[in-house]
Amino acid sequence: MEKIKTLADLKLKQEKFRSQVELRSKASRAEELVQIKVAMATCGIASGAKEVMEFFVEELDKRNIEAVVTQTGCMGYCFAEPTIEVTLFGKDPVVFGYVDVKKADEIIERYIKTGELVDGIIPKNYESIN
Amino acid sequence: MAKFKSHILICGGTGCQSSNSEAILNNLERELATKGLIEDVQVIRTGCFGFCEKGPIVNVLPDNTFYVEVKPDDAQEIIDEHIIKGRRVNRLLYVNPENEEHIPDSKHMGFYKKQLRIALRNCGLVDPENIEESIAHDAYQALGKVLTEMSQNDAIEIIKKSGLRGRGGGGFPTGLKWEITKNSVSDKKYVVCNADEGDPGAFMDRSILEGDPHSILEAMAICGYCIGADEGLIYIRAEYPLAIKRLKVAIKQAEEYGLLGSDIMGTGFNFKIKLRYGAGAFVCGEETSLIHSMEGKRGEPTNKPPFPSVSGYLQKPTNVNNVETFANVPAIILKGAEWFSSIGTEKSKGTKVFALAGKINNVGLIEVPMGITLREIIFEIGGGIKGGKKFKAVQTGGPSGGCLTEKHLDTPIDYDNLLQVGSMMGSGGMIVMDEDDCMVSVAKFYLDFIVEESCGKCAPCRIGNKRLNEILSKICDGNGTQEDLERLKNLSNVIKDTSLCGLGQTSPNPVLSTLANFQEEYYEHVHDKKCRAGHCKNLLYYVIDPEACIGCMLCVRNCPVNAITGERKQSHFIHQEICIKCGACMEKCKFDAISLTSEYAMAEH
Repeated sequence: MEKIKTLADLKLKQEKFRSQVELRSKASRAEELVQIKVAMATCGIASGAKEVMEFFVEELDKRNIEAVVTQTGCMGYCFAEPTIEVTLFGKDPVVFGYVDVKKADEIIERYIKTGELVDGIIPKNYESIN
Repeated sequence: MAKFKSHILICGGTGCQSSNSEAILNNLERELATKGLIEDVQVIRTGCFGFCEKGPIVNVLPDNTFYVEVKPDDAQEIIDEHIIKGRRVNRLLYVNPENEEHIPDSKHMGFYKKQLRIALRNCGLVDPENIEESIAHDAYQALGKVLTEMSQNDAIEIIKKSGLRGRGGGGFPTGLKWEITKNSVSDKKYVVCNADEGDPGAFMDRSILEGDPHSILEAMAICGYCIGADEGLIYIRAEYPLAIKRLKVAIKQAEEYGLLGSDIMGTGFNFKIKLRYGAGAFVCGEETSLIHSMEGKRGEPTNKPPFPSVSGYLQKPTNVNNVETFANVPAIILKGAEWFSSIGTEKSKGTKVFALAGKINNVGLIEVPMGITLREIIFEIGGGIKGGKKFKAVQTGGPSGGCLTEKHLDTPIDYDNLLQVGSMMGSGGMIVMDEDDCMVSVAKFYLDFIVEESCGKCAPCRIGNKRLNEILSKICDGNGTQEDLERLKNLSNVIKDTSLCGLGQTSPNPVLSTLANFQEEYYEHVHDKKCRAGHCKNLLYYVIDPEACIGCMLCVRNCPVNAITGERKQSHFIHQEICIKCGACMEKCKFDAISLTSEYAMAEH
């Protein structure tokens, strides 16, 4: 194994290993970060939600946006799959439909980065008990 | 490599492992493999989460869901429901005892709300057998900082300024100890980590070693640099197999990375660490005994001075610190003395880890700022007394500490306050007692322990504690007299004043503190021959309820000592002076007419 020879070496290694455990430090302050839930029920996966989720995980990391991406069950908008729910810090969750990779890119660039609303928002039309 | 989208942390501390957390881990991995998710979800075995009462614990990230009391068979449901469908498994969530609501994450649980984790910062967060995760969480950064930016004196000054005091119980200022050892001139010096945790009910050192071994290795190296030592020894009891295994793995990995060994980070500083096994003797937690034991001699204390910092292991200057003390060091170096000294009370800085045990709802390991009150610990973090019973006492500091009562509940906890009320910090064991515990028996329990663990070198401890124990037995058996109470007090004070080492000097504390705080209970045992907790067998009485007894003669025939008299079809009577309390009568009675009571005035009959 390559030895750590200087403090700078150690810092480099730390950067490298940090990505392995990033998820954990984020989890403790999840509510302050961008939270994205991808609906991954049968309908969602069949329409490509898995690719969209991969895209979010990788691209947000590349673009240095701290976010927590989780999967969730069917939100009920099966006509508009893949659907995602985005919660920015201090704001109400917003649901987007028909999210493919291209749309995902637009959501990151416009809604997540600047808070500007983009097409494809599905108005929330139900109350849930919890 | 694609990134994992979810981490499942599972507690691999001794507590949870004995509740089968290993099988949960295997089942989770098998489920992930069958569902083809092995690339997406990582399962990690971590150290102790602290909430041992509800173990095994499984923590799912990134949504930070905290599952409690998980069984191996639950693995499938966690994967199917939570990981695949994104729905929390409600029945495995912690239920708030106050309003029966499910709490999804640890942040909102009463047990964690008041905690501040410094020594336990990485326990339950990293995989202790993977140095990469520790490095990602700042391990060895403090060592690098000290080696490259600070002189020995600079670093010692930071520890001194932080106000860190020994967490093994004595509370000696750590920075001062380092300075004294540094100023001792010698060709060879040693750093020793005292991992001989011996208090009944304390397990914080074990949990730190199991959950975050690198923090200890790093701190020992920092200490080595400060005092001018190139060798460290960890004295650990052989009955901590898991901690030993993880330490070995950690030392090996640190050596492979060049973080221990020669020329660390190119600074020319050399430091190696070895393990030394103890046989689990309580007295070996005392530093001179510990050093003798490491040298292969009998684990017996010697007079101080000379202090180990002048002449210790193999007569060389030796700096001995406890595990928890070391665990604080890297955090202090990285965050600064001011940060650390802003936490806690005037004379006790930082946090303290306590092991909660006994009649308390949330048994487990907690870390809280100094100055918190017993009430907050027991009723807010600990969730109150088991079964809704009444709080009676709490024993802090193990066999060397004392029993505190209701009137001490609002005392802020720090080294000096605890001493003042007749107990001590000790290593941080906290055993909670309710109304069913007899305080005389509690004192006797600790004396039993002391008599067994006394090394026998000095007479006050060897003989005095034995006599104390005999007097307590006599009182519990109902044969105590007023003179015995006087003798208890006098003898205790003599032992305190004349014993050679800390073990003997503190051993009468449980007796003295129960005598002071529960005097009436001693009086009842001695004068009324009554044990209000119903604990002392000889002070319980079998009595026949004349209403329920139909006079069948069954108990009369079965009593081995003919203590029961009475005619057929008339209610029977037990003669207490003959009764040997075997319980045969109660067992035989078909009408539940015989009961056991502590409320029986001998004189009336």
